[in-house]
Amino acid sequence: MTMNPGRIVAGALAPHPPHLVYAENPPQNEPRAECGWEMLRWGYERLRADIERARPDVLVVFSPHWQTYVGTHFLGLPRFQGLSVDPIFPNLFRYTYDLKVDVELAEAIAAAAGATGHPVKMMRNPDFRVDYGTIISCHMARPTWDLPIVAVSSCRSAAYYSVEVMQDQALALGRATAEAIGRTGRRAALLASCSLSHRHFVVEGDLPEDMSREHVTSHHNYLWDMRMIDLLRRGRLEEVLATMPEFVNQAVSEADSGALSWLIGALGHDIAGEVYAYGTVIGTGNAVVGFFPPEAA
Amino acid sequence: MSVVLAGLTTGLPHPLLTPDANPGYRRLRDAFAEARDVIRASGAERLVLYSTYWPSVIGHQAITDPNPRWTHVDELFHDLGSISYDRPVDAALAEAVVDAAKRRGLSARGVNYHGFPMDTGSVTALELLDPDCEWPAVVLSSNVYADRAETLVWAKATRDAIAASSRPTAVFAISSLSNRLFTTFIRPEDDAIHSPKDDEWNRKILQFLSEGRLEDTAQLSRTIQQQIRVKKVVNFKALWWLSAVAGPHNRYHGTVHAYAPVQGTGAAVVTLRPREEGLGDKEFDEDDVEVWRGDREVLS
Repeated sequence: MTMNPGRIVAGALAPHPPHLVYAENPPQNEPRAECGWEMLRWGYERLRADIERARPDVLVVFSPHWQTYVGTHFLGLPRFQGLSVDPIFPNLFRYTYDLKVDVELAEAIAAAAGATGHPVKMMRNPDFRVDYGTIISCHMARPTWDLPIVAVSSCRSAAYYSVEVMQDQALALGRATAEAIGRTGRRAALLASCSLSHRHFVVEGDLPEDMSREHVTSHHNYLWDMRMIDLLRRGRLEEVLATMPEFVNQAVSEADSGALSWLIGALGHDIAGEVYAYGTVIGTGNAVVGFFPPEAA
Repeated sequence: MSVVLAGLTTGLPHPLLTPDANPGYRRLRDAFAEARDVIRASGAERLVLYSTYWPSVIGHQAITDPNPRWTHVDELFHDLGSISYDRPVDAALAEAVVDAAKRRGLSARGVNYHGFPMDTGSVTALELLDPDCEWPAVVLSSNVYADRAETLVWAKATRDAIAASSRPTAVFAISSLSNRLFTTFIRPEDDAIHSPKDDEWNRKILQFLSEGRLEDTAQLSRTIQQQIRVKKVVNFKALWWLSAVAGPHNRYHGTVHAYAPVQGTGAAVVTLRPREEGLGDKEFDEDDVEVWRGDREVLS
């Protein structure tokens, strides 16, 4: 029997502020919230529905909070269970997780990336605690956790070299991701787990979900967020890439992780994004944006 | 004088998990044992750690869980193994640091949650400095946005809390010197400082510290950041904190117990014992900030 070639059925900019899971009050998360960040959460609801319609069989998530300065790492065991406590916002996120990994696809992506000369490693320590960025983006995109995931780390090349080097590596990793998905016959949904502008307020109110305090840290960052969102919604992804170095440096963007460049590299061509929501979380700019490559005729 | 000893150590896990993979890792591990003897001789009754491996965003954080326990795995060096820890924390002192920080204008909070991820640097340093849990510890975060002024105030708040209790205390900053890792996989036996320039700067820093010139070295922090630090955070802060909490002067008896590469970074174990004589105070040309008056909006 011949396996159907796999494809990317959905891609998303899927930011991971723990505040979103906190405000959702899922049973996995210990803290309880009264409300908060509804625009982003309702945007995620719509993204969720569209991802469901695309019928993926795996989520592939690139997280800035799994920071591996030596190469790109992939979860390499079939199941991880544990408690994730956010080191920055432990008051908001103490989440009991139980997730499945598509190890075969993870190994295929690692092999394809490794073939380009990029350092890669499979993470096979059973005591490993999965990072909260991975968990949050996956939870918000698919709270039922009924699909296996592939978790991809960020090798932080922007800090070590430059945004340009980071982007070259992330684009190559994206292409390797697409190639491996095609070769393994998966229908994959890709999640780029990052904010846009990423300057936080450094104080937090007694009630974190007090939305009267929530706004972007600066007009400057707002302008940058809008510029990037406009490019994404018009499908000008090549221009997003060209703008990336300036955006990262000007807006302290979390796209410095490579997540957004990786997603664009995997999508492989200009495609218009559906903007489900924009909102700020403790001052950072966050957009939920979906990309749905058309099925081949 | 409540701070009876200061120190600087690496926080990378190789000396703990794979000490015999490279002679340098073994030297570092042995150096931690030497530092332990120095702590004992100092009469310190507790440890306070400022870890650059623990970034905070919402102000400053201190672990206030009296007994954090977990099996920790480093996100990068996961293949070296797991670290199970069960540490005594001086929660009262940690709370006092938080209160003192608030009095000095900082945003600060204690964290007391089961499963809170104590960072690799703190876990490694505690397991190597104090494998038998002789001393309760306080572990403090390093705010990603804080520059010198805020870091000094955080240190002074720590000093306030230590002084208020009058118990002899050893303070340690957990940080690499040069922090550029090799970004490809290397064999442990091939480990080396990433570049001759990094090595030369590391040796200059250690020369100063061996002469007891802690504040002189702290005053070089901005230059060190420019010369040998990957710009992951706004500045090289460990020595600012250490000097401000231990005493911003050069009257120390410094001992460099070991210096070796770990994945390309400059890793060292240093202790500094206060003494009466020294090289004296030099021309320090930066503010000696007492109270944090807020974000100066230096970043967009």
